[in-house]
Amino acid sequence: MNPGYKLSPVEASYSFAFLDEYAKREIRRAILKAISLPGYQVPYASREMPMGRGFGTGGLQVTLSIIGPDDTLKVIDQGSDDSVNAVNLRRFVEMTCPGISTTSNTSEATIIQSRHRIPELPLSEDQVLVLQVPYPDPLVLIEPSEARRKTMHGEKDYSRLLTRLYEDLIRFGEITISHRYPTRINGHYVLDPSPIPRYDIPKLNRSRALILFGAGREKKVYAVPPFTSAEPLAFEDVPFRTEDFRDPKTGERRPCSRCRSTDSFLDEFLDTKGEKIYQCSDSDYCNHRLFRKGSRPEKP
Amino acid sequence: MTMQTEMTDEAVVASGAAGTPVPETGQKILAVRDLTKIFGPGCGECLASTGPLADTNVCPRCGSIIALAEVGFNLYAGEILGIIGESGSGKSTVVKTLYFDLSPTGGEAVFHHSDMSFNLFTLNAAQRRWLRNHRMGMVYQNPHLGLNFSVSAGGNIAERLLVCELYHYGKIRTLVRELLSRTEVPPGRMDERPGGFSGGMQQRVQIAKALATRPPLLFLDEITTGLDLSVQARILDLILEIQREFMTAMIVVTHDLGVIRLLAERTIVMKHGRIIEAGLTDQIIEDPQHPYTQRLVASAL
Repeated sequence: MNPGYKLSPVEASYSFAFLDEYAKREIRRAILKAISLPGYQVPYASREMPMGRGFGTGGLQVTLSIIGPDDTLKVIDQGSDDSVNAVNLRRFVEMTCPGISTTSNTSEATIIQSRHRIPELPLSEDQVLVLQVPYPDPLVLIEPSEARRKTMHGEKDYSRLLTRLYEDLIRFGEITISHRYPTRINGHYVLDPSPIPRYDIPKLNRSRALILFGAGREKKVYAVPPFTSAEPLAFEDVPFRTEDFRDPKTGERRPCSRCRSTDSFLDEFLDTKGEKIYQCSDSDYCNHRLFRKGSRPEKP
Repeated sequence: MTMQTEMTDEAVVASGAAGTPVPETGQKILAVRDLTKIFGPGCGECLASTGPLADTNVCPRCGSIIALAEVGFNLYAGEILGIIGESGSGKSTVVKTLYFDLSPTGGEAVFHHSDMSFNLFTLNAAQRRWLRNHRMGMVYQNPHLGLNFSVSAGGNIAERLLVCELYHYGKIRTLVRELLSRTEVPPGRMDERPGGFSGGMQQRVQIAKALATRPPLLFLDEITTGLDLSVQARILDLILEIQREFMTAMIVVTHDLGVIRLLAERTIVMKHGRIIEAGLTDQIIEDPQHPYTQRLVASAL
């Protein structure tokens, strides 16, 4: 996208936030229904967006239908404000929503659109988290027919999902689902929490912020309303556990190589010498810790 | 949904036989009346113009197939009822409608269990699912219908326990191991997929799965067809042991007179969707009344 690009007068006559008012209204209705039925996948007419489906069009449509000129938007991709998907989506919203402000600061934002992560800083009641979802239905792996999946959701029939966990346990001795961990909302519907790591699942539980999920290709919207229970599926004697980032040699938790944080989700990558480096996945969180310490953030 | 909450009992599975109220012998647990299943549009003359007398089950006027016509019988606790008949006589359709695999065109079936009565064909989908998972079991002729071949043998049984809200991995493993040893599947192979098992073993896994919730009512649909004779004998022995041990009432569907003679106390003979003869198994084999039954017995003996 060309940052100097100016909309032509014809294009500038697009309504605020790109989508026409009827489209926004329809998505808002779907969102309201999703909030009143926590975890239920509400179908909506996902509009054609000027980007490919699968690039966050679901999350983008949710964001565009709830954003107003007084909102502050933060867009993250895998925890970072600067990766391609985040930058492009942010520029698109800036271009189509005159008057809004954007930020990379988690606590300043009123709307946070995210791909694959929930920010480390606890969110507040004034914030809305919008997650981009590739596959909304956790049952899709075990039941190909959507009609039957709907019945299964309605009857709370998740025994085959649990059978999958059982099969994992007998084969590997532990549950190996690393992301998209099936999570039961408000004691009924099990949802696919989008590809966030297991580490972020506890943040869904009784979250102060409203969490909205938008799937553009699959045309579904669902929600975890504030202060709603979210419990990952597990067995009574094999509880759910998150990634622990312990060093197998020392037994201690690895710190972030930049900010030395020992309580954030870490990304693993190789430095120029081929050695493993661990660093906060949430770059805003990492930068904030560095600024607070007084040292300048360094490029990885 | 008050009925639902009343019926929820995870304790039943967890505690095994102790939790399931064992029905007394002689207590009626299933009453089927006028069960009818018509495939096709159906017309007013379907029932009158078909049957053993007309020697067809296809309606000459509308072309519908009369799979079942006004079938009625009772089943008592702990009893094995045999249904025998030629291929296409509707014997499998009886158990399929009772197990909710097919919905009937007419008739009623009342299932009695621990002071509660369920009118099977008026229940809603959730109640049907509950009964099917908690109070009934089905063993199909083809293991592919009863088992999920993409999960392990143990996983198949675990699925049924999970449906009944047993969410304790250790307890599930113990129960699965017990059930498989009970049905003579080596527990060492519980984590293998049933695709690698012999036909007889697949059938025994199916039986273990059906028994997982200790249901008071079990449907066996041609379970020994296609197995060799020694395996057949062992499976039939197993069925008899289970019936004595758990007081399970069973409906055994077969076209094999030997199976009926070994298992069933009472037998129903079906032809063209009708019951043409019913009574004690001995009586039917020693003194068959209907010409079809006479022919059947003569050809088998």
